[in-house]
Amino acid sequence: MFLKTITFAGAFALLGSTAIAGCGISGGNVSVLSNDFPAIQAVTSAAAACAGDGVTVETNLTKDHKDIMVAALTANPAQYSSVVVSNSTLVTLMNDGLVRPLDEMVAKHGAALSKSQLITVNGKVMAVAFMANAQHLFSRTDVLEAAGVDGIPATYEDVLAAAEKIRASGLMDYPVALNTKAGWNLAEEFVNMYMGTGADFFKSGTAEAAVNNENGVATLEMLKSLVAYSNPDYLTYDSNATQAEWEAGNLALATMWGSRGSAVLDDEGSTAEVVSGTVLSAAPTWGNDARPASTLWWDGIAISTNASDEDAEATFVAMMNGISSDVVKANNDAAVWLDGAYMPSPASAGVSSTAAGGAAPYPMLPFMGALHTALGAEITDFLQGSESAKQALADVEAAYTAAAKEQGFLK
Amino acid sequence: MKNRTFFWFILPSLITMLLFIALPIVSVAVQSLHIEHEAVMVEVENCGPFGCKQELQVDVEETAKLKEERPLGQFNGLGTYTNRNHLAFSEIGLAWRSSTGFVDFMSKALNLPFYRALAFTLTYTFVVTPLVIIFGFMIALGVNTLPKRIKGPTIFISLLPMIVTPLIGSLILFWMIDANGILGATLQRIFDDPNLSLKASPALTWIMLMVYGVWHSAPFAFIVFYAGLQTVPADTMEAAMIDGASRWERTRYVVLPHLMPLTVFISLIQLMDNFRVFEPIVSFSAQASATSLSWIIYNDLVGTESQFFGSAGATSVLTIIGVSILLIPVLIRTWRDFNQKVV
Repeated sequence: MFLKTITFAGAFALLGSTAIAGCGISGGNVSVLSNDFPAIQAVTSAAAACAGDGVTVETNLTKDHKDIMVAALTANPAQYSSVVVSNSTLVTLMNDGLVRPLDEMVAKHGAALSKSQLITVNGKVMAVAFMANAQHLFSRTDVLEAAGVDGIPATYEDVLAAAEKIRASGLMDYPVALNTKAGWNLAEEFVNMYMGTGADFFKSGTAEAAVNNENGVATLEMLKSLVAYSNPDYLTYDSNATQAEWEAGNLALATMWGSRGSAVLDDEGSTAEVVSGTVLSAAPTWGNDARPASTLWWDGIAISTNASDEDAEATFVAMMNGISSDVVKANNDAAVWLDGAYMPSPASAGVSSTAAGGAAPYPMLPFMGALHTALGAEITDFLQGSESAKQALADVEAAYTAAAKEQGFLK
Repeated sequence: MKNRTFFWFILPSLITMLLFIALPIVSVAVQSLHIEHEAVMVEVENCGPFGCKQELQVDVEETAKLKEERPLGQFNGLGTYTNRNHLAFSEIGLAWRSSTGFVDFMSKALNLPFYRALAFTLTYTFVVTPLVIIFGFMIALGVNTLPKRIKGPTIFISLLPMIVTPLIGSLILFWMIDANGILGATLQRIFDDPNLSLKASPALTWIMLMVYGVWHSAPFAFIVFYAGLQTVPADTMEAAMIDGASRWERTRYVVLPHLMPLTVFISLIQLMDNFRVFEPIVSFSAQASATSLSWIIYNDLVGTESQFFGSAGATSVLTIIGVSILLIPVLIRTWRDFNQKVV
């Protein structure tokens, strides 16, 4: 009898002392791959706070995450249990079936999420979005005033006129910058500008590219006019370089990602003169269209297919912790959060007004990545002046067709 | 040594080479003959923070079934080799028929990604290799005449460009030649042109990459030649001096012939290495102005969002063929030397 009591007491004691980590997860390995900017840094450090008995949390924040994510998640078991994805990277991962549906986990742990945060494809939740992002206009109001420009430019034609005035007044030789590094960044500028015309990238319902038209030519011409006011090294300017140039005070009008807003407006890395003169506004429109020349992006969490179910659930809970309302309140200015606790601020004014202006989301088509790559490779010749716009667009379509055939999207 | 002993002696090397060189090359060649299966697509509704939209998506289950049946993909034969991203037979044919002259045909051909990369790769190889040999030899001659005390430190400093990791060395140079960097600003001042930017024009970018290539590889030639200079036969040298040969004549008739085998060796290594030029293009972010064969392989695997294995495989096989063609003259010379010595 005594032995029985001891055994039962011992069993209850053991049950009682089962390790429960801070977030309510009992075990598992959480590993996250993501891009590297302040908002994601806040999310991943909040998720890392879930580490504890039996739960390990590893994070890899790198701007090259797009380059390694497919290979990392194809491995079985996957090298990362979750990836912070966006419109385009989610499609790339879904094409190969590398991310799993989250409906069950959302039902179990996602009570705090709003419906707009659930990215559903064909009825299944494939990702949980936590912030919105878009490229928009940053202006130095002090420089614009000194050059005699009235107010903040609302169209790209106004931007060009303002740049000419700034150059004529001798304040800056190269006042304009966009993220024009050859490759993904340059293609993104083309995509944003083309979206401002309202035209489609592909023939409707098919995977055939349809950019070699007057809209494409006008887009290239507008880009060329803008880079005429940019530093001659513009083909090496990615978003880090553009932000560095802005904070150094070398620019007056730049198109940068909204997620750079809080880094540009904080007290580090720049002078008070630059920070006080910086204003974030909606992406300009151009031509006869009223749609802002930008694309809306969401960043969200996706969970790997090739991670074990225990790891997947632990990761989901940890990441829910990372995007909880407390994190949003503590980092309100870091991004345009999709959580209800978010309060709009000057650092996010650009993204909110771009979305309010009617900008469209980046197309979530499986073959958009191939077109994006073809654009990044082929339009540099036109910008450097060695090719006509029509020839450049014909090259883009030919390069896209070859890539799409190899990927199986075209015969 | 008996043939059998020789065989057992080199067996470990043979096995390693088979496993780590031969079999992977065969695997890459097989991969280059295949492309992805045709994607099965279905129209679905995508919903997110910005609303819902009907869009085409890949049917993952159907595609997964196809992949399980035939994991390598669709057999494409030499289709990948002749498509626009490689040898582009149909585009070259079209350019040949429709162009107005040789220059026009060349500019159309150089518009194609593979030929553009090949043009830079060949220019880089045939400019950097002779310059490396010449500069390496001159540095070796110079260092050889230095007094003993400063010889050691000078050799160390001369070797530094080669010791620095290529990616780091070229990244540092990239920052220095920026218009705000020390070299860039100095050049702007020397040429009195505030708009001069080495990164902006393709011609200047090519020159900059080749200057970096020579700077990085000359120490290798230097150290090999320097070692060779220590073995110049003293008798022949003294005889030449007694015969009244000038410094230049001694170098030309005694030193150079003695160093010829080393020159062949260095050109072999340099031709192979320079044909695979890659790190400078990445560190200088020069892909807008200059691409190379290795860079387009890298771009197919890493720079695009999904990986193009077949295309990368085809470019790899073409690179191997290119290197073999380049090495034929050197190998013929080595074979002749070998036969002479045996006789």
